[in-house]
Amino acid sequence: MMNPTPRLSRRNALLLLATAAAYLPIAARAAAPGELPGDSIYQYRPPLTDQDGHGFDIASLRGGPVLVSMFYSSCEMVCPMIFETLQLTLKALPAIDRERVRVLMVSFDPARDSVAVLKAKAEAHHCDARWTLARTDDASARKLAALLGVQYRRLASGEFNHSSTIELLDADGRIAARTGTLAAVDPALLKRLRTALPARG
Amino acid sequence: MTIARTVGIGLLTMCGLACGADYVALPGGRFVSVLPQGSVPTATVPVEIAPFAMRATPVTAGEYLAFVRAHPEWQRTRAPVVFADKRYLIDWRSATELADDGAAMRPQTSVSWFAAKAFCDSEGARLPSWLEWEYAAAADETRRDARADPAWRRRILAWYERPTAAVMPNVGGTPNAYGVRDLHGLVWEWVDDFNALFIAGDSRTQGDPDTLKFCGAGAINVIDRDSYAVLMRIALLSSLGASDTTSSLGFRCARPLDGAPP
Repeated sequence: MMNPTPRLSRRNALLLLATAAAYLPIAARAAAPGELPGDSIYQYRPPLTDQDGHGFDIASLRGGPVLVSMFYSSCEMVCPMIFETLQLTLKALPAIDRERVRVLMVSFDPARDSVAVLKAKAEAHHCDARWTLARTDDASARKLAALLGVQYRRLASGEFNHSSTIELLDADGRIAARTGTLAAVDPALLKRLRTALPARG
Repeated sequence: MTIARTVGIGLLTMCGLACGADYVALPGGRFVSVLPQGSVPTATVPVEIAPFAMRATPVTAGEYLAFVRAHPEWQRTRAPVVFADKRYLIDWRSATELADDGAAMRPQTSVSWFAAKAFCDSEGARLPSWLEWEYAAAADETRRDARADPAWRRRILAWYERPTAAVMPNVGGTPNAYGVRDLHGLVWEWVDDFNALFIAGDSRTQGDPDTLKFCGAGAINVIDRDSYAVLMRIALLSSLGASDTTSSLGFRCARPLDGAPP
């Protein structure tokens, strides 16, 4: 070739960069391609059902950062604040980055949080396609909570006491950050979320 | 010689549920926990404990070895660290050998909550709930609820003052009124809902921004502050993560009485 610089069209160059961006961070971080690290939350795959009634594999979230929290729909005080905090955190990112963050909210109240209830909750909080609101059985919710470090107990009234935290999972499902800040953006979480995003081309 | 002592390790590898472990039936009934169970966090209401069965002794190292042989994914070299920390089964000579020849009847400690759950699953059982454990542990040798007796309180408290023995004694202490052994005096034990046992010590946390971390009525208040021995259990359990292991923390399994689902 006469010209030592490869002549790529602008479009192809962008495509290449996008492809590299999508694969590099995973390849660089994982022990081996496809192999899940031992400290990944995705080692546990609870039987989740999403707000549309579809089965949801938590490991399908692998490949990008995820904000995870646990809640119950009839909670009137703190749980709406968790939704609000997640929305604020997403809004603090540039639009192009926002699209690449997924949010997973899992109920620990399967008796009352049916698919229909989750669907209504997702609509009430204007949750778009990046959001998954999921339910599972009691035992699986307890296990997932144990992995995430979430504490909860059911009261005789049917209400719950529970810790209210948001966990950030990295592309391989490892807990990268945790915040107890509500109704405001935790700067430390946001900073870690930015670094967890695959580099943009 | 206790019944548990007569159960051979070889037998356990052949049959898990039916002939493996010695379970004792507990009738259940009304029980007042040291933790409030009603909607008002400062007052307790009795709860109804359903009848259940519980292992007469904590799970022994010999029994745990049989489990690991049948479920190699729970060998210490293979269990993902998210399920069991780096000290899981640390006292074993290797991934499939106990610490020494005398270890088989000692309680197995250095086991995470996930590992303990998997063991109980393997014999069609589960971990006891905190309330079930507390209810069983309220009994002394003759009374089903000895908690009001200061002499008994002092006796179980004395164990917590003793330094941990270099070598754990074998399971098989004196049975309590239900026939359950070693609930006090040998090891700490996992319960299924360990991550439900968070505590607020008193009302000084009211108005504290930290209370926002807890939704609903806030964290648990403790009703009976004289039950130090039991409160230490709760404090320990509430401080643990599900992959944590310690050299004095073991477990036993529970299951419903015949006919009911686990």
